[in-house]
Amino acid sequence: MQKFTTLTGIAAPMPQINVDTDMIIPKQFLKTIKRTGLGVNLFDEMRFDRDGNENPDFVLNKPQYRDAEILVAGENFGCGSSREHAPWAIRDFGISCVIAPSFADIFYNNCFKNGILPIALPQEQVDILMKDAEKGANARMTVDLETQEITTSDGEVIRFEVDAFKKHCLLNGLDDIGLTLEKAAAIDSFEARQGQARPWV
Amino acid sequence: MTAPKTLYDKIWDAHLVHEAEDGTSLIYIDRHLVHEVTSPQAFEGLRMAGRTVRAPDKTIAVPDHNVPTTLDRAGGITNEESRIQVEALDSNAAEFGVHYYPVSDVRQGIVHIVGPEQGWTLPGMTVVCGDSHTATHGAFGALAHGIGTSEVEHVLATQTLIQSKSKNMKVEITGTLPPGVTAKDITLTVIGRTGTAGGTGHVIEYCGEAIRALSMEGRMTVCNMAIEGGARAGLIAPDEKTFEYIKGRPHAPKGAQWETALAWWKTLFSDEDAHWDKVITIDASEIAPVVTWGTSPEDVLPITGTVPAPEDFTGGKVEAARRALDYMGLTPGTPLSEVEIDTVFIGSCTNGRIEDLRAVADVLKGKKIKEGLRAMIVPGSGLVRAQAEEEGLAEIFQQAGFEWRLAGCSMCLAMNPDQLAPGERCASTSNRNFEGRQGYKGRTHLMSPAMAAAAALTGRLTDVREMN
Repeated sequence: MQKFTTLTGIAAPMPQINVDTDMIIPKQFLKTIKRTGLGVNLFDEMRFDRDGNENPDFVLNKPQYRDAEILVAGENFGCGSSREHAPWAIRDFGISCVIAPSFADIFYNNCFKNGILPIALPQEQVDILMKDAEKGANARMTVDLETQEITTSDGEVIRFEVDAFKKHCLLNGLDDIGLTLEKAAAIDSFEARQGQARPWV
Repeated sequence: MTAPKTLYDKIWDAHLVHEAEDGTSLIYIDRHLVHEVTSPQAFEGLRMAGRTVRAPDKTIAVPDHNVPTTLDRAGGITNEESRIQVEALDSNAAEFGVHYYPVSDVRQGIVHIVGPEQGWTLPGMTVVCGDSHTATHGAFGALAHGIGTSEVEHVLATQTLIQSKSKNMKVEITGTLPPGVTAKDITLTVIGRTGTAGGTGHVIEYCGEAIRALSMEGRMTVCNMAIEGGARAGLIAPDEKTFEYIKGRPHAPKGAQWETALAWWKTLFSDEDAHWDKVITIDASEIAPVVTWGTSPEDVLPITGTVPAPEDFTGGKVEAARRALDYMGLTPGTPLSEVEIDTVFIGSCTNGRIEDLRAVADVLKGKKIKEGLRAMIVPGSGLVRAQAEEEGLAEIFQQAGFEWRLAGCSMCLAMNPDQLAPGERCASTSNRNFEGRQGYKGRTHLMSPAMAAAAALTGRLTDVREMN
């Protein structure tokens, strides 16, 4: 898995609330059997018209945000479907940190499996970062996972919380499956116990 | 004396394989349901790492999202990408030896309808699927939730999931539902009340007299949309109705095992003094037949209401409502019952079961749909379709002017050819009214099967209670 340690980059402001996974990656792009190449379709129906022309008003089409690596978003980001294509598309576009007042659970978990750091902060702090992001390409934010700090372009520091295990995996790019397989003996013994107690399972 | 527990606590404790000091837990998974859209990358991951499926006998696969629902589908899938995805599931199921219901099998259908129908879903189980509507299975008192593809691969390889425990939320529906009000109206009303993030970080247990009075199929409709309320899962404690529904199904326990299972299942309820982090109580008598007006499942109003204005809201919702009204082509103040529709879609894992179809037939019987409407009924499984034909429902649908389709997810998410054209407005029994969900620029109004049937007759959003 891709690591996430620190990142200094352009942050794109997207204050809209309830950005759902159908918006992030519409269903016509779920037919792939690969994990890669979805970045060109990120936010497809907001970014492009039916003929493939760019919508100049959409934030990621604006010259100052085309290389954004951080997204500052509204509450309940990533609600809806469990499609991991959503974080795949975000990562493939080049964004590896999303900051919002809240996230939908499945999307939030999916991010950590793909080298993306989702950061949930109180609305007032997101508002500060949103203002900073609105300054455009010269305002670069720094996100440091190790110290759990975001530094705005003005030098203001905002601390964030993250689950210790998820942090450890993301910092080191660890593969969950490999870690779990180290506990194979515990799984074996659970299966043996369950086989006795609940044989119908 | 152990501390009082919720139903969620009990199922969690019964599946704990390992718990780290920080609370990160390894949970055993009893049933893993798989469909073609979120699994190819997971199977590929196994192959690349030289891993196998740890418990193929607990893994059940069925194609549903991409499959055409037209009667000619035996001829193959025309869309090449869809065809490749379904073929990938065919070959992965064979290679890894998991249970499989291919498109040609009469038992094929939407994964969340097939699981309970075949008796795979049982009380007290942990059930996962790479699909957010896995919450459906919570109707049996199973802890069931959606996962991403990386987690699908993790479950395939280890039969476990790394989890942190969610909080407990109780949603109690007291009293009795008025006539014309259904499980769909309950679940939409709850989301309208709590918002789409109201359940975030929680597992919801639905309880109360009105929930107890629901059939198993109604309970599935309620739990199905727990995810639209943001919850990790929805649960309903099993009771005699649950046991009755399960008994005799192909994969339900039999003989002495049935008795052992039953004894355990009867312990699956929340203890009296259990701790709840959040409690919502709604009086069933206050619930009306509802429809959605916007592009979020929380945009719910009684059919007797009018289209709201952005100024009726606060915070980020003001802008969201403005955007939704523009997308939906609606003017504030318009009575909802005057909104005209082009299309009616009846089906999905929310409302594609036999009782849903019976409710539709009750409204349609002997009547014709409004001229010029496109209306389709897509049963949730091949077995639901067969039963509807046996009961004479299919005839009622066709005589009314509905297309009678084969099983699949269909226009709920429009990955197959069943899609809305830009600007088309649909009365839909599905679960999401997101922008573009049923087709690019398509407009979705969510409602119950009876309400969708009423809308088909009049060509506009309609209060089913006014139909004769």
